[in-house]
Amino acid sequence: MSTAAPSAQPGRTSLRDWIDMYVVAGRQAVMEALQYRAANVMFMVHVLIEPVIYLVVWSTVANTQGGQIGGYTAAQFAGYYIIWTLVRQFNLTLGPYNFNWRIKEGRLAAELLRPVHPIQTDLGFYLGYKIPQTLYWLPMGVLLWFLFKPEINAQLWQILAFPLALMFAFFVRFTFMWLLGLVCFWTEKIDALFELYFTLELLFSGRLVPLEVMPAWAQSVAAFLPFQWTFYFPIEVLLGRVQPAEFGWGFLIQVGWVVGGYALVMFVWKHAIKRFTAVGS
Amino acid sequence: MKAIRLFGLFSRISILNEMQYRANFFLQLFQSGLTLATGLIVLGVVFSYTETLGGWNHAELLAIYGVFYLMGGFMGTIVIPNMWAFMEDVREGRLDFTLTKPEDAQLLISVRQFAVWRLVEVILGVIVLAVAITQIGLQASWWLAFAFLATLVMGGVMLYSIILMASTLAFWFVRVWELMEMLQSIYQAGRWPVGIYPDWLRIGLTYLIPVAFAVTVPAEALTGRLTPTLLAATFVFTVAVAFLARKIWFFGLKFYSGASA
Repeated sequence: MSTAAPSAQPGRTSLRDWIDMYVVAGRQAVMEALQYRAANVMFMVHVLIEPVIYLVVWSTVANTQGGQIGGYTAAQFAGYYIIWTLVRQFNLTLGPYNFNWRIKEGRLAAELLRPVHPIQTDLGFYLGYKIPQTLYWLPMGVLLWFLFKPEINAQLWQILAFPLALMFAFFVRFTFMWLLGLVCFWTEKIDALFELYFTLELLFSGRLVPLEVMPAWAQSVAAFLPFQWTFYFPIEVLLGRVQPAEFGWGFLIQVGWVVGGYALVMFVWKHAIKRFTAVGS
Repeated sequence: MKAIRLFGLFSRISILNEMQYRANFFLQLFQSGLTLATGLIVLGVVFSYTETLGGWNHAELLAIYGVFYLMGGFMGTIVIPNMWAFMEDVREGRLDFTLTKPEDAQLLISVRQFAVWRLVEVILGVIVLAVAITQIGLQASWWLAFAFLATLVMGGVMLYSIILMASTLAFWFVRVWELMEMLQSIYQAGRWPVGIYPDWLRIGLTYLIPVAFAVTVPAEALTGRLTPTLLAATFVFTVAVAFLARKIWFFGLKFYSGASA
């Protein structure tokens, strides 16, 4: 990994330094998350309501249509949206709006003085964040399990493959959110663009509806977008609906989106940073 | 009467203020159009698989969505912006200035803001409703029109009261925006008939956070399902919730210590 540190000397950094940096950034995230416990619980409810609505609607539809639609039974829809909640916890990342705030408040100026690229500290922060996020998720996951009695047919290898798909789902989403955030260097009129992006993600990621339930045209569009690798793919793996070869391909595509996205981030960053004028101290 | 005059005055100021930023109208139109389109796409996907959902046919489900969207627009135009401003005031200690005015404080904090561009959602909601009504093809009658408008107004009062209660918590816990976010996401459940939800959730959506009364009941009125008994029950419940909200408001006010003094 190249250190594209923009302002400091790119001196020799050992692997240990990298790990230390991630651990520190990650610990910060854990502390922050544990500080506002009530707020976190409310946030969980806020996160959970969305899939519960989808789950109920699609289970109801499946039940009225003789037990299944699009290859999902009502209990499999329950499984899909319960895994959804875990995937959602994991692919939570820095929103692109954050960049606007960073630039406006002059935070970025301070971050640029550090000897590492800001994307690295962000990554460390959000990786650490996964620990409390998973802890907060556990009781909710168990509760949903008892309430909706899902059907999950994962074999052992799929259970083992799931964490990999899950991690890369996060990496894909993290990279593209960062890329989108860089737009803030050029303009402040970002709301329309970001809303459009989130709408596309909602429709073509499997967040709203499993892609197989969507019409054929939507599935073909989704094939050209990174979104399904952040929701649909990891969910399907743990649901036990992905064959070994499909998993291999899927994982390669995830890696491809991460590498491509990261290269794009670095390329755009080089131009973006030239436009930046420090505000504040 | 005074309430209406105050509301008119404050909304005029807000509208004049917003008129300086006319481009925001197009932004709002774009954003509201996106959410509307997403909602309609989901309805379309559901319709491609089934004729009815929880006993509601396509046109009737569209009517529910119309009411949902309209109510959301109402909250976004008046209720939510006012409550945000109120919570900010508590945090910053600016509420003192409101409390010293010779008017009812609950009224004042509820009418100060008017997010005029969000009216776009109200208009879009009305259009969706109009389409749904023509598709349903129900015989128009005075009873129907009355029941629909009455339940709509009562639903609005109920949502306002619930959100006011949640905001009042700001007197104790300064940071309550997560609670507001949570309420807004729970409101999303209203886009579908509450009858499809499992019992525990349906009861919560009826009595705890009255999404059922705010969206499903007006849609029931519109589709000729509303019985006079349910209408009466809705009225009683509305009065009860509004009364409770006012009680809690006064109770909370006692805990406000001010920050400027």
